[in-house]
Amino acid sequence: MIEIRDLAKSFTLHNQGAAVLPVMANANLHVRPGECVGLIGASGAGKSTLMRMVWGNYLAASGMIRVGTLDVAQAAPRQIIQLRRKTLGYVSQFLRVVPRVPTIEVVAEPLLNLGVPADQARDRAASLLTRLNIPERLWNLSPTTFSGGEQQRVNIARGFAYPYPALLLDEPTASLDAVNGAVVLDLIAEAKARGAAILGIFHDEAARAQVCDRVVDVRDFTPKVAA
Amino acid sequence: MGMLNLNLTAETDQPLLSVQGLTKRYGARIGCADVSFDLFPGEVLGIVGESGSGKSTLLSCLAGHMPPDQGSVIFQTAQGPRDTVTMAEADRRRMARTDWAFVHQNPRDGLRMGVSAGGNVGERLMAIGARHYGDIRDKAIDWLGRVEIAADRIDDRPRAFSGGMQQRLQIARNLVTGPRLVFMDEPTGGLDVSVQARLLDLLRGLVRDMGLSAIIVTHDLAVVRLLADRLMVMKSGHVVEQGLTDQVLDDPQHAYTQLLVSSVLQV
Amino acid sequence: MTDQAYNFAYLDEQTKRMIRRAILKGIAVPGYQVPFASREMPMPYGWGTGGVQVTAACLTPEDTLKVIDQGADDTTNAVSIRKFFQRTAGVAVTEATAEASIIQTRHRIPEATLTEGQILVYQVPIPEPLRFLEPRETETRKMHELEEYGLMHVKLYEDIARHGTIATAYAYPVKVEGRYVMDPSPIPKFDNPKLSNSAAIQLFGAGREQRIYALPPYTHVVSLDFDDHPFVPSKAPHDCDLCAASDSYLDEVITDDQGGRMFVCSDTDFCRTRREAGHLGPLGVPMQETV
Repeated sequence: MIEIRDLAKSFTLHNQGAAVLPVMANANLHVRPGECVGLIGASGAGKSTLMRMVWGNYLAASGMIRVGTLDVAQAAPRQIIQLRRKTLGYVSQFLRVVPRVPTIEVVAEPLLNLGVPADQARDRAASLLTRLNIPERLWNLSPTTFSGGEQQRVNIARGFAYPYPALLLDEPTASLDAVNGAVVLDLIAEAKARGAAILGIFHDEAARAQVCDRVVDVRDFTPKVAA
Repeated sequence: MGMLNLNLTAETDQPLLSVQGLTKRYGARIGCADVSFDLFPGEVLGIVGESGSGKSTLLSCLAGHMPPDQGSVIFQTAQGPRDTVTMAEADRRRMARTDWAFVHQNPRDGLRMGVSAGGNVGERLMAIGARHYGDIRDKAIDWLGRVEIAADRIDDRPRAFSGGMQQRLQIARNLVTGPRLVFMDEPTGGLDVSVQARLLDLLRGLVRDMGLSAIIVTHDLAVVRLLADRLMVMKSGHVVEQGLTDQVLDDPQHAYTQLLVSSVLQV
Repeated sequence: MTDQAYNFAYLDEQTKRMIRRAILKGIAVPGYQVPFASREMPMPYGWGTGGVQVTAACLTPEDTLKVIDQGADDTTNAVSIRKFFQRTAGVAVTEATAEASIIQTRHRIPEATLTEGQILVYQVPIPEPLRFLEPRETETRKMHELEEYGLMHVKLYEDIARHGTIATAYAYPVKVEGRYVMDPSPIPKFDNPKLSNSAAIQLFGAGREQRIYALPPYTHVVSLDFDDHPFVPSKAPHDCDLCAASDSYLDEVITDDQGGRMFVCSDTDFCRTRREAGHLGPLGVPMQETV
């Protein structure tokens, strides 16, 4: 479902003497449907960079990133937009929403964007928020005022609202307590069971051991010639 | 996480608007040069750049407010693709009040300040032949509601409204005829931050529910982050970079875009 | 200076030719405002300088002229203009509508039906019906060109929204032959139906604004309205107190400071003609006694 081949990435800092920073080379990995692959490596080794290249907000220098039938590295913006609507989900570490929008709407939005009737979308959002222990009295408030852990759970609910065939999870259990962490791991297990291909970053080793079928060390993708 | 306001119509392969080689000069000075892009149904395109970068000139040329020196702006009309640059003025103006909409930065430029809120909303309906007062009024009330203006303000003039309400009224006035393409020039400029947020939310909902395509000119990167699917960065009249909004903002390739993104506190 | 020092009807022949060209163009394009080089006239703007120039350009020595102001032949404005043409053109004048070949009017259409061969000249203060909502002349001309008349209905909408009914009582906008929206000059909307399908030529002159427009005979003229608020040519709900006419436009006349008032025909010729024929209202006196 997700296949990365010979992927390379560098940053050119035009405003700092046009310094070129090669950050990744020869990256190769794949994730099959129903499989969860964890990325490991020290902080700054390129785990998030790799995730963002799959998501499409970082450009690849060369190589291939196939998600479903689309090569994200070559795709036009609107193809990536289509991919993100129906195929590829992403739970990032940060919640970025329009202030003032109620939590329930934030969670339902991916469904609304797909044309799901509003009441159905809200029902689905409500059931996820309930599972993730967000009290109902908060649903009509904007999540921008929530604690870090609450925001993270809203973000997860939003990411799991639609059954994407492929999912990117960036530290989904960080800053969660044991109870909620377990709920998230359940959600991941359910997604795997329905055949989703998942690429994730999990700092929590226990969590990683529980859901990941394999791990890939991104240090193997560090360019050989240091900049 | 970037948010996408795509409607199902986005799957068509036919661009709603296809711009090729659009150029406008002011004597020897360049307004905008050789701008080309396609806009697909349901897509929101952001155009960013600093003052004088040519983004407003480009918007004026696109919307037919100013004739470009070169290039074409091909719009998918009900009768098929037509170049709006060469089209007869009568047709272009008819299109401007049916299929198109234009939201000005300053509501005073887009509203009739001496006419009631209901009259402002009803004008486009009457312009396309509505002749039933009761129906016009019902539609105006419906649209005031959609932009969160109480129905009992229908007979008040816009000058009695706050800046945010005026801007929402301008949006209602523009969208009442169900346009397919909306041009917006700094729609949230000049508004308080909290009012901006409310307006952004409203715009996102309308874009989604009506399947609108939109071209938004702004210098506010936070606005495009939340509203635009795609981004075009302009400098000195030229498009220096374009792509997916979060890609351009998170991994800018051009020196100017990098400067622009790094100059903002947090987007 | 003797009256003979003036050319016939005051204006020089070149000016009259220029005005006639504008009139012909106006007749060719009914309802369209034709610009013309309005001259200084020996009277202030607002006193009918446009109408006077149009009348001067139409007059021939054989014509019989009638001048009315708000329907009356004997008010200052009417008397002054009538005298002006008596002195400068030496034409015959009359107060009888049927006898006149040219009638210059300020803000009324005579009650008697006009006939072929007659010319009705209106004095127009503001020829542009769209001006109150769109002050830019460049834009209103564009709107006329492209038939963008939605704004005219916005004005009527505002009327209903504010007053519950179309409160515009005079200068009520009309559409000419399905094309141009036209200001009929500040005639009461009671007169609007008479604009349509008239046998006479109707000419409109705006001196300060330098515009002439026209309705050729038998032109279709429709008053703008809404389906659910149709046009109503209203008048005071009363009969004429002098001649008992029930179908003429009435002026309200205050007769004392105790609230006493009477309603009389605004068209003085019409009222006199009826009284001469024996019609008598509650406050009227038989004609022979007043003569």
